[in-house]
Amino acid sequence: MSETRAPAAYRKIQSADRLRDILGAQYRRLNRASDERHPKIAWCSSMGPVELLLSLGFLVYFPENHAALLGATRTANNCIPAANAAGYSPEICSYLTSDIGAFIRKETPLSRAYPGLSSVPRPDVLVHNTNQCRDIQDWFAWYSRELRVPAMGIATPRSLGEITQDTLGNIAGQMKRLVPRLEEVSGTRFDIDALRTALDLSKKCTSLWGRILEANTSVPAPLSFFDHTVHMAPAVVLRGSEEAVGYYESLLREVEERVARGEGAVAGERFRLYWEGMPIWGRLRDLAEFFIGLRTAVAASTYCHSWMLNWTEPSEDPFLTLARAATDIFIVRDEPAKEKIIEETVERFGLDGVLFHDARTCPFNSNSRYGLPERLKRRLGLPALTIHGDLNDLRCYSEEQTKTQVEAFIEQLAASSRRSRSGRP
Amino acid sequence: MEKARPVRGRRAEFFAGIDIGSSTTKAVLLDVRSKLLASAVVRSGVDFGSAARRALRKAEAAAGLAAPRCRGLTATGYGRHNTPFEASVVTEISCHARGSYHHFPKAHTLVDIGGQDSKVVKVDAQGRRTDFKLNRKCAAGTGAFLEEIAHRLRISLGRFDALARKSRKDIELGSYCTVFTATEILARVRQNTAVADIIKAAYSSVIKRVLEMDPLDGEIVLSGGVAAHHPFFISLFEIAIGRRIFIPPLPQLTGAWGAALFAVEGRRGGDA
Repeated sequence: MSETRAPAAYRKIQSADRLRDILGAQYRRLNRASDERHPKIAWCSSMGPVELLLSLGFLVYFPENHAALLGATRTANNCIPAANAAGYSPEICSYLTSDIGAFIRKETPLSRAYPGLSSVPRPDVLVHNTNQCRDIQDWFAWYSRELRVPAMGIATPRSLGEITQDTLGNIAGQMKRLVPRLEEVSGTRFDIDALRTALDLSKKCTSLWGRILEANTSVPAPLSFFDHTVHMAPAVVLRGSEEAVGYYESLLREVEERVARGEGAVAGERFRLYWEGMPIWGRLRDLAEFFIGLRTAVAASTYCHSWMLNWTEPSEDPFLTLARAATDIFIVRDEPAKEKIIEETVERFGLDGVLFHDARTCPFNSNSRYGLPERLKRRLGLPALTIHGDLNDLRCYSEEQTKTQVEAFIEQLAASSRRSRSGRP
Repeated sequence: MEKARPVRGRRAEFFAGIDIGSSTTKAVLLDVRSKLLASAVVRSGVDFGSAARRALRKAEAAAGLAAPRCRGLTATGYGRHNTPFEASVVTEISCHARGSYHHFPKAHTLVDIGGQDSKVVKVDAQGRRTDFKLNRKCAAGTGAFLEEIAHRLRISLGRFDALARKSRKDIELGSYCTVFTATEILARVRQNTAVADIIKAAYSSVIKRVLEMDPLDGEIVLSGGVAAHHPFFISLFEIAIGRRIFIPPLPQLTGAWGAALFAVEGRRGGDA
């Protein structure tokens, strides 16, 4: 039973330098466009209609990516109080409060990451989809008031069991209704073939991303959840571009080479877990090393797998294809569908247990709140653990308590696996 | 029930479990047959290494061993990575389950109410730990809550049990939050509510927070400092769940006891 943690040895991903280059290039393009007021800039929610915006000639910026950067650089906790003081509760999305707080304080981690950048790019339009959460519209509404920029979006129904044609038709219709207003802002006529081109590139990008994630069905897992959270950035911010496709072709090669060599992200992998919920951005590296020390691979997750978008809607209408991709995602589905997705993923990836992260300020990405862990334990005998934290607000995170719980969970898995090996009850 | 029996003047080898908690550090010494030699409790303070040394020395002295030789040591608790000794490290969740099953070798649910956290640990009939939950990041439902109430009332925690027994009236402290509850208590004091009723309500508040963590099916074992020093709390808990609760010997030492058992088993090559 007695376990001591092995020293952590993080295996560098060679493609990381290229990732930094393509993201830096994108932020510089946005910065230039912001200065020159051309091309027009759209801010978009991460699962928003980016392909539509690209087809209309917009450069697209994602505030959620900026918020994650605030979290990862641990500057979020300097910014959140400014938003709290402006009337935005500490109980609401800490992406929102970090990002608005950073704007109030005139700060951005982009300037440190990419020298020469001093602020986020100024938007010409703000476009959201509530498929990820309802807070996004309040987030964008703040900027709309502050910067006097039009805001518009798509309202996606939630807790969907079956995704019906009625639902997809409704969402596709909302997207179509955005077109005239977006044309007005961009000064470009909508071209359905340009939309199809962007959709094709998004499809290629997210399909490659899916293959990278699926490589983790190999034992040992070539990448960890913590690697995935970093390397999914192009699937979010460069979806619909050649750069993202090129990047994932390169990363996939690297991952396949790791698989061929039998090299895992975690040396001596003993256990494999599923991470349900948001990352704890400010503790990403620390937790990655902690799990390496426990010789445990966090091999699959809801968060990163959500960007394996479903482009299979059989339709000539690209808006319906786009509606399917934006709606057939974990977070939009009802509890039975979520339970089934986790069950299938656990089975496919050969996982030993599920770790639920209950993020204090992110109810839609905290799926432990309606009895799901208990149902999985009861129905499948699947060990599950819920830790309490947050995506960005480290005031909600207890490092000691979290690590003790995870260590105890691994001890439980170890004792149970020793017994099954020895044949003891 | 095993009791600590000092073994005076004997040359002996022993195994030790040290539970370095947020408030106190506990040491349990076992002989090679896993029988209790001695135990000790010291304040943890801010130097966990020193607390571990003091607890071990105190337990060795209590055991009265002429030439004590530690054959194996397991550290657990909040400061488990801070021991100055060569020790294996096991979480307090596993150690409490191990200690609890040692005293109560049946399927059961262990509720441990410590100074900083509360745990609910499920143990099956073979002693396997099948599940566990910790309280959320909040002092409510832990010993720290009672310490805060004692501080607010300017009454020593040691007097709580006797005072609570004198309560004649049930009152409710409704808040989740320790700070809000303290405010509620101040309001009660202004309304001339009897201190005994307030203390009993504080006990009930801790029990409610624990009952919110888990349905607490089956047999219940209660350990930790609150169980050790507040027998009336145990009675109230039994009333709340409608059945008897089993208390291990030296309930505050359940984690250290489990750690010592791991030390014995580690040396024998077994597991738990």
